[in-house]
Amino acid sequence: MIDVFLALGLLIAATILLSLYRAVLGPGVFNQVAAVNVIGTKVIVLLVAVGYIFDRPMFVDISLLYAILNFIATLVMSKYLERGEICSA
Amino acid sequence: MFSIINIIATILIAGGAFFMVTGVLGLLRFPDFYTRLHATGKCDTLGEVLVIVGCMVYQGWSFITIKLFFLMFFIFLANPVGTHAIMKAAYLTGLKPWKKGEERR
Repeated sequence: MIDVFLALGLLIAATILLSLYRAVLGPGVFNQVAAVNVIGTKVIVLLVAVGYIFDRPMFVDISLLYAILNFIATLVMSKYLERGEICSA
Repeated sequence: MFSIINIIATILIAGGAFFMVTGVLGLLRFPDFYTRLHATGKCDTLGEVLVIVGCMVYQGWSFITIKLFFLMFFIFLANPVGTHAIMKAAYLTGLKPWKKGEERR
């Protein structure tokens, strides 16, 4: 069963490298933010898979935290791109 | 090794991996920002949920399963909201959608 997670991890790493192309060369800034959001979601699954490969149950907490951070990053980035500033105080 | 639990978990994880690959395929191949959000927003969320449910099935009933459920539930809510936020920002700042016949943007 461990090699199933190993195959999943390698596949997810390959898809991350593929979507890195859009993140770096994306025509506009919005393509880049969307690609970073995609990479964030994939890193979460990669963390869970690696946690199972190395038998570390703590990795699930790390991926939960990373999911929250990725979500907040996307929101702040889209607010900045929409309004030009984040906290107007 | 070939107990029924492992087979079900493997099938779920394979399905999740399939949707993640198609999500990236859409991200690279689609002509415009909005169409790319179509592919990644839906396929990534479903792929991630399937993989996490596969891990939950493999894990059985333990504390980690509850954490995995919270992770899956949060992603199921957060990913569409993030996609909507970035789409709204792009639309309000005047990024025109792609029409058939135009060149890739």
